[in-house]
Amino acid sequence: MKALCWQGVNKLSVEQVPDPELRNDQDVIVRLIAGTTCGSDLHLIGGYIPAMRSGDVIGHEFLGEVVETGSAVRRHKVGDRVVVASFVGCGRCWYCANDLWSLCDNTNTNPGIAQAMFGYESGGIFGYSHAMGGLRGSHAEYVRVPFADYGAFHVPEAVDDTSAMFVSDSVPTGWMGADLGGVKPGDVVAVWGCGAVGQMAARAAILLGAERVISIDRIPERLAMTEQHIGAETIDYTATDVAAELRERTGGRGPDVCIEAVGMEAHSDGPMHLYDQAKQQLRLQTDRPTAVRQAIHACRKGGTVFVLGVFAGAVDKFPLGAVINKGLTVRGAQQHGQRYIPMILERMAKGELSTAHLATHTVPLDEAPRAYDMFKHKTDGCVRAVIRPGT
Amino acid sequence: MKRARQVLLASAVLGAGAAVARKRLPRSTAEPRETAARWLTVTINRAPTDVMPGDTLPPPLDGLADRLEARVRPAPGDRGTELAVRLKDAPQAAATSLPARLAGQDPRQEVRAALREAKSLLETGEVMRPDTPPTTRETPGGKLIGMLARRSSGEGVL
Ligand SMILES: NC(=O)c1ccc[n+]([C@@H]2O[C@H](COP(=O)([O-])OP(=O)(O)OC[C@H]3O[C@@H](n4cnc5c(N)ncnc54)[C@H](O)[C@@H]3O)[C@@H](O)[C@H]2O)c1
Ligand SMILES: [Zn+2]
Ligand SMILES: [Zn+2]
Repeated sequence: MKALCWQGVNKLSVEQVPDPELRNDQDVIVRLIAGTTCGSDLHLIGGYIPAMRSGDVIGHEFLGEVVETGSAVRRHKVGDRVVVASFVGCGRCWYCANDLWSLCDNTNTNPGIAQAMFGYESGGIFGYSHAMGGLRGSHAEYVRVPFADYGAFHVPEAVDDTSAMFVSDSVPTGWMGADLGGVKPGDVVAVWGCGAVGQMAARAAILLGAERVISIDRIPERLAMTEQHIGAETIDYTATDVAAELRERTGGRGPDVCIEAVGMEAHSDGPMHLYDQAKQQLRLQTDRPTAVRQAIHACRKGGTVFVLGVFAGAVDKFPLGAVINKGLTVRGAQQHGQRYIPMILERMAKGELSTAHLATHTVPLDEAPRAYDMFKHKTDGCVRAVIRPGT
Repeated sequence: MKRARQVLLASAVLGAGAAVARKRLPRSTAEPRETAARWLTVTINRAPTDVMPGDTLPPPLDGLADRLEARVRPAPGDRGTELAVRLKDAPQAAATSLPARLAGQDPRQEVRAALREAKSLLETGEVMRPDTPPTTRETPGGKLIGMLARRSSGEGVL
């Protein structure tokens, strides 16, 4: 079959690879209907995520049709249209049982690598390096889904393929930021990043009752989209002083909850950017935490900062003083998709949450490298490029 | 105190070997020996009676049973069961050195991997296997990652 493979830093190509096989009785094989580009992929394409091997298939946000089931699969049958959570959860370890699915104990088959990096490993994720389990990614004609009874979800008739595909990763990620960030009615919420993840965090904050949601980015079409489709206010961080603007809009208090949806390759115009970039390139720090620093600084006293953006290792100039002296709660997580997906699909079927506008481009698998190039450089208004292997 | 007694009781009831106090070794030689003698332990989201029914170690640890001492106790806060094992003959420092571990010759690696598999089998009924066939090409960096990945179920904090 054909698959999109990582060949080296900033090198992707479509290759012929062997078809995936059922490896466990609780696996299914899914034929891809649609998958999409995620900001997390950019970090591994750019070489910021360690333990990638030449030829690794990438992609983790997807929807497809079940074509083969292992003998112990109970909830799925051939022909089912399913959206699959990007993290694999076994459903029965203590973490899965407590709805912390991305922390599953039983799905990272290479635990030692992440244990060395983080102390303990996270669960496995599709197409996201050997440190995260080395599972094949979904930008291919077929993908194996382990523990499918827990990670694959039937899509209601009322939700179309493209809309449902985002329920794999970006929608639950955003939802988790607002939910575990503790957003409640009356809150003012600020969200850094107007990619799919940031937009979905803003939408979730609104649905959870936030009084005002203010989204921050610099890309005009993303800011416009966030106002129009999400219903949030926006700030262009290149046009103003973000902290001052937030102070002014929040009666001098600062936002109650700050959600960071930018990640380790954050951009900034300030002198700190050159500093961060140089240190990152010299591998003196692995990540650029510009938006995290800003969120911690802007957050109200006693507020919460939730980090959704992916970071791999160590950051520099982390404002620990602000965290302690302002009494902040700082939290982050990889997404616990299985916790939110059924609720999100229900809301989508009822029309409370829409995602179709995120799909700005659609390409066949052969053109996936071009789609990633467009997504990486944010050209042609690209927010998410949908990759359809069957076309 | 009360909890400590319960724990001891639990391991005694289950006959999984007494909770052996670690021998304090003289400072100069303590560190490598201490590492080698440390219990390897996992918490399994199942009741103690499921983890060691009839006093026998769960598969695949049962295959190593004659070389291991083991203890089980309920984990605090409804977190299941703590299962700890270690080799009866603590390996020599050289056997647990970095070169030995990279070569896959540290006898604790096999125990760690088996412990992890036992947990997965008890919790889920299977041990998740990596995807095959591989899609990767051999490059020098890739070989190193592949080697680390192969070792990694036997390494780490377990
Ligand atoms: N936690 C999780 O489970 C999870 C899941 C999916 C994605 N992510 C992460 O979320 C982040 C966003 O993902 P995405 O798919 O939306 O990516 P994206 O690249 O489409 O969007 C990132 C946005 O951040 C903006 N940005 C850059 N620097 C900024 C700054 N200093 N201030 C404000 N905005 C800035 C960019 O202009 C861009 O619009 C990534 O780091 C990704 O890895 C995490
Ligand atoms: Zn993602
Ligand atoms: Zn689990």
